[in-house]
Amino acid sequence: MIPLQPPRRLIDVEIDGEDVRVPEGSTILDACHAAGKDVPTLCYGDTLTPKNACRVCVVEVEGARTLAPSCSRKAEQGMKVGTDTERARQSRKVVLELLGSSVDLSTTPRAAEWAEEYGADPARFGDDAATVEQPAKVDNDLYVRDYNKCILCYKCVDACGDQWQNSFAIAVAGRGFDATISTEFDAPLTDSACVYCGNCVEVCPTGALSFKSEFDMRAEGTWDESRQTETTTICSYCGVGCNLTLHVQDNKIVKVTSPHDNPVTKGNLCVKGRFGYGYV
Amino acid sequence: MDIRFRGAEPSEEERAAVDALLGPPATAWDGGSRSEADLRAAARAESQRDLLLPALHAVNDRVGWISEGALDYICRRLTVPPAEAYGVATFYSLFSMKPRPKRVLHVCTDLACQAKGAQDVRRRVEERFGPAGTDWHESPCLGLCERAPAALALEAGQPHRAEVYAPATPDTITTVTEVAPSSNGHAPSVNVAGETPVKDAVPQAGNPDLVLLRRAGVVDPASLDDYRASGGYTALRRAFELGPAGVIREVLESGLVGRGGAAFPTGRKWDATARQPDHPHYLVCNADESEPGTFKDRVVMEGDPYALVEAMTIAAYATGCAKGYLYIRGEYPRATARLQHAIATARARGLLGDDILGKGLSFDIELRRGAGAYICGEETAIFNSIEGQRGEPRSKPPFPVEKGLFGKPTVVNNVETLVNVLPILERGAQAYAAAEPKLFCVSGAVERPGVYELPFGATLRELLELSGTTGTTRAVLLGGAAGAFVTDLDIPLTFEGTRNAGATLGSGVVLVIDDTVDMKRLLLRIAEFFRDESCGQCVPCRVGTVRQEEALHRLSRRVDPANSRRSDDDDLVLLREVGQTMRDASICGLGQTAWNAVESAIDRLGVFR
Ligand SMILES: Cc1cc2nc3c(=O)[nH]c(=O)nc-3n(C[C@H](O)[C@H](O)[C@H](O)COP(=O)(O)O)c2cc1C
Ligand code: SF4
Ligand code: SF4
Ligand code: SF4
Ligand code: FES
Repeated sequence: MIPLQPPRRLIDVEIDGEDVRVPEGSTILDACHAAGKDVPTLCYGDTLTPKNACRVCVVEVEGARTLAPSCSRKAEQGMKVGTDTERARQSRKVVLELLGSSVDLSTTPRAAEWAEEYGADPARFGDDAATVEQPAKVDNDLYVRDYNKCILCYKCVDACGDQWQNSFAIAVAGRGFDATISTEFDAPLTDSACVYCGNCVEVCPTGALSFKSEFDMRAEGTWDESRQTETTTICSYCGVGCNLTLHVQDNKIVKVTSPHDNPVTKGNLCVKGRFGYGYV
Repeated sequence: MDIRFRGAEPSEEERAAVDALLGPPATAWDGGSRSEADLRAAARAESQRDLLLPALHAVNDRVGWISEGALDYICRRLTVPPAEAYGVATFYSLFSMKPRPKRVLHVCTDLACQAKGAQDVRRRVEERFGPAGTDWHESPCLGLCERAPAALALEAGQPHRAEVYAPATPDTITTVTEVAPSSNGHAPSVNVAGETPVKDAVPQAGNPDLVLLRRAGVVDPASLDDYRASGGYTALRRAFELGPAGVIREVLESGLVGRGGAAFPTGRKWDATARQPDHPHYLVCNADESEPGTFKDRVVMEGDPYALVEAMTIAAYATGCAKGYLYIRGEYPRATARLQHAIATARARGLLGDDILGKGLSFDIELRRGAGAYICGEETAIFNSIEGQRGEPRSKPPFPVEKGLFGKPTVVNNVETLVNVLPILERGAQAYAAAEPKLFCVSGAVERPGVYELPFGATLRELLELSGTTGTTRAVLLGGAAGAFVTDLDIPLTFEGTRNAGATLGSGVVLVIDDTVDMKRLLLRIAEFFRDESCGQCVPCRVGTVRQEEALHRLSRRVDPANSRRSDDDDLVLLREVGQTMRDASICGLGQTAWNAVESAIDRLGVFR
């Protein structure tokens, strides 16, 4: 079921010299997609209001003093955008280097591919470059917080807070390079307001938040996505009828996600749908 | 919103501190004792999130730190999720989430102080109190640069106290910290202990040609009658004659541009806000002044507080705001006290509140104290801070005139900008524009440091002739940590003139560096400042400022380039690339300018040649 949207005016935008028409209110990223461009994004979430904190999606807008975050800057009539200019590419390269040198991006999808594409070399900052390294927080049986991999994209905070779950169990604490995602007074999750919906895990772009099952299998070296199948089905707990995607490896459910394009749940689930698969 | 608490209990003192601000709790559900009746009534959850910062101050001021029980109690009273309140409390450097002594010393180690021997003070304090972190902290610029080196002692209690040591010699600090301060830092109209008269910060005080500084150091800043006797409130009367549109027309015609750093035309900002159909409109006076080397707003507020109250009233009248917030940095005890007093007496005399001067204008000012975060001076970070969120800048557009404080159209102006509105109305736009005054904060290697007023267009040399220089001047840092080093003294001090010279007027900083100053160390301090003050929201700034500091450390330490694995050139290339990315891709002005001063020192002064 796709709800009918009110008609919107179309505006003309130029992306890398190519004219595209997009509905008024679209972001530059929407326009880039309409023009078939692949712009890298990390903190952008398809179900969340973009925080535009990572800055890997920057593009050059003609006449602007600084580069613009394509994920959140609205496209305007007549705007001329360069997605692949020298300046934009250079910024993306350095941003990827800054991230790669401070955070473990090994489980971030496409990070290695982008590093190669932009020629990013995080090692150039030397061996003593400060990192966010810290031990993984394993304080419950359902999911693990490995903030060594956290790029501080704010998605989990938004998903847990006023954008979806309204539990407000986690927030950003501290500031600058010392900022981290934290519960109040850094308490264990089990003592916090967390209801284990796992919606934060669903949106995390780096694997900093992951199912305990996945975390353990990665540690053992048995995690193998090429051997996994995904089956989308309907949750059997209550009458809402949320969509679940079961990720199965060796005949065992290893994690549960939910389709983001479902108009009702938008990828969100509750603790039962997300973690209550033990009985299957 | 379903808020869960962990059940930590506040101490009696913590509870009293919060209740003193918010009044006693109305029902059991926000922290009182539970009665039979409460169990039958449904209490309305009403978020008062914007009182979060004052509530955190209340506890920190009284107890010295914020325990989990205190935070939990604040959250119950204000209906704020504890994780978010923790995120807010840990954002500010004046708050502690761990027990610490009631009396804490903040020793400024920033630019002007460093140029005046802050290292010796720091060393003595360390010998006496041990490593920084509990009894004392290294502080970014305290805005007392004309009296550098400076230190500020804050003591929790009822009432809390503040004591300024400036200039601080190694001996004054180590002896004075033992004795209890003699006066309450927040008592109105009394000098904060250790403070010299405002006159000392205004070398030109008494000069009849002064416009913005004509009262500073001359009239009694605690006396509304003195203010009125010296021409106070004539501008407001003139505003009433002109009407709101007329005031905006005068400000537009005067050509006034903002003095907070970005140099945006004030009249256009006012006009755009006044036209917004969405209501209410808010006025925010940006008195956060934390740019290293800047202290002009402090001196104006300490010496002439009613001028700011009057100017804010005029701005509110012109742009249709019923409420104004005066956001003042937390390290300014005397300016805070003076303004509290000025606001209270103005209110008592019908110059704030409903029906001002019988003209039907309704406007009031709420004073908000910052808590140690340079970034909160950024115009959108201020909104978040006032609203009880982390002081992170918002991305623009939308701009404040459209969606600002509480999502409503908002005018944000710097203290100096607002105070300029008085002579514009008193003299008329033309006369004002003919000799437009500008304030400069002169510090460093000069004979008479302080705030100077000169008409726009005077040269740097003329300014330095007034203040006198000591030693051999090597360079001048214009515009503060976000500005640039210059060596050409014939630069005209205008927005355009400085821009043509590859510099900026910024917030009016003129920090004179003589050849005794260790430039490498000064650059390190600038890098450290930005790393410390980055809000952490965006990657180019959060990580870039760290990489900048690391590279500068390597460059400064390297004694024998032949023996090092990396060459200086590698690090210089790295600095340029990271710097350009911070400038291009950061969300706000902090990251965008964090490389300016360092770049200019490398290029123009050849620091690493
Ligand atoms: C990191 C940062 C810090 C700032 N700090 C201040 C400040 O302390 N005081 C101030 O008036 N403006 C400050 N600004 C500038 C404000 O964002 C804004 O431009 C100014 O308050 C607008 O007032 P004006 O038009 O009167 O200059 C700062 C900007 C940035 C990016
Ligand atoms: S699992 Fe749900 S409630 Fe818990 S932190 Fe994540 S989003 Fe919040
Ligand atoms: S834990 Fe994941 S979702 Fe949360 S801020 Fe870090 S990277 Fe983003
Ligand atoms: S540039 Fe720095 S201070 Fe500004 S939003 Fe980004 S991290 Fe925060
Ligand atoms: S007070 Fe120390 S640099 Fe300003």
